Amino acid sequence: MTQQFNNHIIQIENLSKRFKRQQVIDSLSVDFLSDQRIALIGQNGAGKTTLIRCILGQYNFEGKLEVLGLNPRKDRREILQQIGFVPQTPPPIKLTVNELMHFFERITKTDASAFKRISSQLGLEIDQNLHKPFYKLSGGMKQKLLISFALGRKVKILLLDEPSANLDPQAREILFAQLKDYSKNTLMILSSHRMDEIKDLVNRVIEMDLGKIVLDNLLTEK
Amino acid sequence: MQRNIFTHSSLVQIMNADIRQNLRSKWFWTYSVLFGGFVAVMFSTGITESQIIGFVGLSRLMVTFMQVSMVILPIYVLITTVRSVVGDRESNVMEYMLSLPVSFSGYFWGKFSAKFLVTYIPVFFALLGAAVWGSITQLDVPWDLFMLYSALLAAMIFCFLGISMFISAVSHSQDLAISTAFILWLLLVAFLDLILMGLLLKLRLDAATVIGFGMLNPLQVFRTAVLVLFDPELTVMGAASYFILDTVSRGWFIVFAIFYPIALGGLFGWFGSYFFKTRDII
Repeated sequence: MTQQFNNHIIQIENLSKRFKRQQVIDSLSVDFLSDQRIALIGQNGAGKTTLIRCILGQYNFEGKLEVLGLNPRKDRREILQQIGFVPQTPPPIKLTVNELMHFFERITKTDASAFKRISSQLGLEIDQNLHKPFYKLSGGMKQKLLISFALGRKVKILLLDEPSANLDPQAREILFAQLKDYSKNTLMILSSHRMDEIKDLVNRVIEMDLGKIVLDNLLTEK
Repeated sequence: MQRNIFTHSSLVQIMNADIRQNLRSKWFWTYSVLFGGFVAVMFSTGITESQIIGFVGLSRLMVTFMQVSMVILPIYVLITTVRSVVGDRESNVMEYMLSLPVSFSGYFWGKFSAKFLVTYIPVFFALLGAAVWGSITQLDVPWDLFMLYSALLAAMIFCFLGISMFISAVSHSQDLAISTAFILWLLLVAFLDLILMGLLLKLRLDAATVIGFGMLNPLQVFRTAVLVLFDPELTVMGAASYFILDTVSRGWFIVFAIFYPIALGGLFGWFGSYFFKTRDII
């Protein structure tokens, strides 16, 4: 599926998104390649989350946006089978950890042992929290679980929206080490306010402001 | 292969997850205890020994059960379901769930199916419990009435589910969705008698038009169907009974009372699903 598009995993041409009178993404054109680890930075309201939601097929948009050569609105399931996503704020899901993990296992066709392994590395033992409702976990525990659900899958794209926001320093370090070791053929887009934290991890920096790209730098491999 | 489709279908998985979440809500247990308790109270207070238009025993109990259902079920379904889509949108649950390989239709109809099951099963078991207890205590069990009432309850729940899922899909906030659902319920209740009589008297509309208009109201259809099952001549409805039973036979009216609410709920559900699929989901 992806080979015919070489390593252009996401292709964007003149992408625009408007909410009523507010232009949130303004004629954006950019390509993301399979081996890139991108820091998506910018102030609040720059359009980072909106861009991520367009890629996830959650928003209608104007212009061209292709993910793995497919349309994110029309071919959602095929695309989302290849995307691991960590949201900025963990949602208040009422399922227990066990139920949520098995829901993920069935929906994403991934063995639960992969989630448990990554979660354990981050310092959260899933087996000790199986019967706790997800929404009653602490912020850090929720984030660790969602990270393990995203990284436990074999995907072509990782979208991480402020993934370390609720993590303690030790868990952050482990997370970034895991991201560094993650498959080199996976496109990784990290939305963050803290460039200093992810600068060693990424090889491309894109800064957005008022829905436009104001900086696009390729970094040398470290 | 069939097991594979069943196991990985996003509709089935969303339904399964939603049922589990519903089973943890206080609403569900309050509602289940309310209906189960209501049947127990009716037995303990000897309602099966009282009489209404010649009906005693379990038939009497079932008629009362249906009258109570008509009051409680629509507003319960509307208020509890109307938050499901818009609530998930506001709490970011939807952003996360729909970042997974789940189809829009699977998400919408999965939630619809879950809500139908958790709403219908308690009332069905309350009615079934009454029938079983009745047969244990040597009462005659009107199984034909039981079957028809079960079908009517399912039809009414389906209808109001479709309407509330539609409201939930098109609303921008939970407050707006709940207010809309409540106003709709008030209107439907008002159109049972009061406004219809007003139309008849003030506007001097043709009686057939007014009754036909009344029959668009699913609550009115449900109420009339409950009456026609134990009062075949619809004597309690007065003059309206002549028009209804002259227009359609009792049998056809029952068929209409089951299929019209299902069609209405299905139509609203379809529109809700269409809006959900085609708009920004957050």
